[in-house]
Amino acid sequence: MSECALDLRDVRKRFGSAEIIRGANLQVEKGERCAIIGPNGAGKSTLFNLITGRFPASSGEILLNGSSIMGLKPFEIYRRGLSRGFQITNIFHRLSVYENLRCSVLWSLGYRYSFWQKLSSLPDVKERADEVLDLIGLRDRQNTPAGLLTYAEQRALEIGIAIAGDAAVILLDEPTAGMSRSETDAAIEMIRRITQGKTLLVVEHDMSVVFALAEKIAVLVFGEIIASGSPNDIRNNPRVREAYLGEYSAVDRTE
Amino acid sequence: MKPEPAQRPDAIPARLRTILPRALPWAVFALGLIVAPLIFSGGASLSILSQIGTMMLLGLSFNMLLGQGGMLSFGHAVYSGLGAYFAAHAIRLAGAGTISIPISLVPILGGLAGMLFGVLFGYVTTKKSGTTFAMITLGISELVSACALMMPEFFGGEGGVSFNRVVGRPLYGISFGPQIQVYYLIAVWLFICTLAIYAFSLTPLGRMINAVRDNPERAEFIGYDPQHVRYLTFILSSFFAGVAGALGAINFEIVSAENVSTGRSGAILLFTFIGGVDYFFGPLIGAALGVFFTELLSNYTPAWQLYLGIFFVLMVLYAPGGLSGLLVEAVRPKVLRRSILRWPLLLAICVSGLLVVFGAILAIEMLFQRSLGSDSELKLFGISVDTSLRMSYVVVGLLVFVSGISLRWAWVAFWDGADKPQTEIAGVTIRRTGT
Repeated sequence: MSECALDLRDVRKRFGSAEIIRGANLQVEKGERCAIIGPNGAGKSTLFNLITGRFPASSGEILLNGSSIMGLKPFEIYRRGLSRGFQITNIFHRLSVYENLRCSVLWSLGYRYSFWQKLSSLPDVKERADEVLDLIGLRDRQNTPAGLLTYAEQRALEIGIAIAGDAAVILLDEPTAGMSRSETDAAIEMIRRITQGKTLLVVEHDMSVVFALAEKIAVLVFGEIIASGSPNDIRNNPRVREAYLGEYSAVDRTE
Repeated sequence: MKPEPAQRPDAIPARLRTILPRALPWAVFALGLIVAPLIFSGGASLSILSQIGTMMLLGLSFNMLLGQGGMLSFGHAVYSGLGAYFAAHAIRLAGAGTISIPISLVPILGGLAGMLFGVLFGYVTTKKSGTTFAMITLGISELVSACALMMPEFFGGEGGVSFNRVVGRPLYGISFGPQIQVYYLIAVWLFICTLAIYAFSLTPLGRMINAVRDNPERAEFIGYDPQHVRYLTFILSSFFAGVAGALGAINFEIVSAENVSTGRSGAILLFTFIGGVDYFFGPLIGAALGVFFTELLSNYTPAWQLYLGIFFVLMVLYAPGGLSGLLVEAVRPKVLRRSILRWPLLLAICVSGLLVVFGAILAIEMLFQRSLGSDSELKLFGISVDTSLRMSYVVVGLLVFVSGISLRWAWVAFWDGADKPQTEIAGVTIRRTGT
């Protein structure tokens, strides 16, 4: 068996007396696109926050490329090759689109805390920022302050920031939330393109997005991953149907 | 198609065209620093200019924290003040012949001292941002102020540390005895440091401190430790504060506990904010105006701090972008066009605005005169008012009231039919400059 990009072993998280994540197990292989689905309040975003170090997990083990990332800070996890996007747009609102992207590529290109180099004369920073700018289709908005973008544009920038550093493992939390149909289609196309050859873990409500994007689906219900497998397996899994997919049977039929 | 050689001479002006606009403000700044003492050549004005120079550098270093990094420090004078103390002791030692250091390089020493304490105290303060950061800086400011009185060996107690800045043999006739030589020493250091601080804002760290200001959490998810970004910026800022402190020490030839006091830190904050934190040149304006008015007003009226306070409050309320924000707003083409088209209203705004200010000053001075209880006659702006008469208050009150209404009317009429006057500060925060 090849080494997993991401391996969750019995991960638990409690807030006070409430256990939100109750023993999550999930393996995502390298280069795999995996979607986490589940009803509202199942703990999908919490799980993301545990993986990316935003909150510490109460117990269990999280392995990134075979080594534990438990207790590491978000920036340490990022430096090991895991990057994430947010459900609620989380950008640098006073900086321009271009500056947002420039900031997002700096660490991965090794500039760290440099205050002896001129930002505008670093060719690799410019090259990568331009590349991402084109990928997310915000070329004509590059000088606009991020806070003044439309909602869909902010979502695109959000994804751009997450992928700019070229991390091998990318986590996206409801990347198409609040988008119109056509925007969603464009976003799926973009995500598919930019995660080529990378490992993707995505939380998504929209089942059509899930089936269009994912090679593997994990179902999270009440803090537990009750099933994971190929889209077909999940569709035919009686436990999933009972617990969750029932409300999506209409989608199911059209597939 | 153009012939090949014709493109060549074209290339040089094109390059010049990109360099010139960037170099021009610096040339103007340098020229201003050089000619300022030639225009204001009196002994007192030279001293004021020197103070303005050090305050400008303090403001710029402070704005690395506030404007660039969103860190509201109530203890910036700690770093400039400690830099000043180290500079003072170094000059004393140099005067006694124990060490040998030219006065012109003492600011570096002050900077290093400021930086050292930036490394020490900054480690604690920059752990947090926002309110917590502000609280800790205030705490450290109080702590150092207390130490200044508890450790007289170093801080010189109540009297402070005084010294003679003329040390060693003059180099090329420069002894730094005459005020004009000190002024130019300050000007040169100010120019170098301004360049350096500006250059900082163009580096990866300089950009990341903006990112951390906007959204520290997201900065963590693109690989940066926001604490470390703040910490490094804080250390660099402390260096420049120390340089400014040393320059101030050389200027006054004395350093006392007042130099590290919270009051001094407050003044730095006040002036920088009045100048505006959103533009690089904001603190320069704030420092010039701040020092000028405190020096000048304190000669004319004992109520000068009241005026400064009122001015600050008005700025915070109506022009949070500071004077630089107002300036940038005023020269926007839209606003300029409107000003030309509606010049009578603009004139009305200016006249009634002046009348409001005049009336308010009169009222404050009358009350002050009264509370001092000496002479009932107040002479101000060439007029004489009897402060014991009730009628004088009625007249002044009426003046303020009527001109205030007229100001408001003219202001509303001026902006009628436009989008509300808005300042786009650093592009996003849209604030109103008036009601």
